[in-house]
Amino acid sequence: MTGEYPSEPVRVTSGVLTPFVAMFGLYIIAHGHYGPGGGFAGGVVLAVGALLPRLALPERIAYGAVPAFAGALSMLVGVLAFLLFGLLPLLAGGAFLDYAHVGIGEVAASRLRYLGILVVEVAVGLAVFGAMVLIFDVLAGRVR
Amino acid sequence: MSALTAVGAALVSVGVAFLAVSAVGLLRLPDLYTRAHGVAKAETLGLILVFGGLLLFPQVDFAVAVRLVAVIFFSVVANPTAVHAIARAARREGLGVWTREPS
Repeated sequence: MTGEYPSEPVRVTSGVLTPFVAMFGLYIIAHGHYGPGGGFAGGVVLAVGALLPRLALPERIAYGAVPAFAGALSMLVGVLAFLLFGLLPLLAGGAFLDYAHVGIGEVAASRLRYLGILVVEVAVGLAVFGAMVLIFDVLAGRVR
Repeated sequence: MSALTAVGAALVSVGVAFLAVSAVGLLRLPDLYTRAHGVAKAETLGLILVFGGLLLFPQVDFAVAVRLVAVIFFSVVANPTAVHAIARAARREGLGVWTREPS
């Protein structure tokens, strides 16, 4: 399933497109709190940037760029970051994910929500990226 | 409506016609190779024409134009490669070609 794909055009195209796919995933994640996109869609596209080399390029390159342990690690970090950062407003007396109550100096409430949800989107993106990579690596037999 | 917009609208119309032809080909052609042939060429050309035509519209500023050119570039690179991989895999799996008389 993984390893070098036995066709030159597929290998070359995968190698050329992979960085752009990953960059587009980051763009969608960064767009999520004020436009179409978000952590879920962006995380999936970012994961494609890790899975395309696994499908088409030599394993040394693919697993050198994103190692097999990265899936579980990224998922763990993403879920924990989402939970902890989501619980932060509760400590400040607000509702779950309502960052208006986390006062940072003189920053406006709308601005606080904007920045807080951006961090939450990044955490969701990390969790989805990790889940996708982990599912692939389990199916490919690289992780038990 | 300026002349440039008219040219853009004409290009978009021709592109949509090519996309419709590729959809008809996908439905009507008999086997994987003929379908891949029809879809790969007609759909790529249709996408180039539609997005190239959209570039000529006056509402398109620089930021949107960059996105449209990126769509054209990546579909021109990725579309034929995907069809190549599918047709190659089918060939290596021993999928036969369509003949008028069932053999």
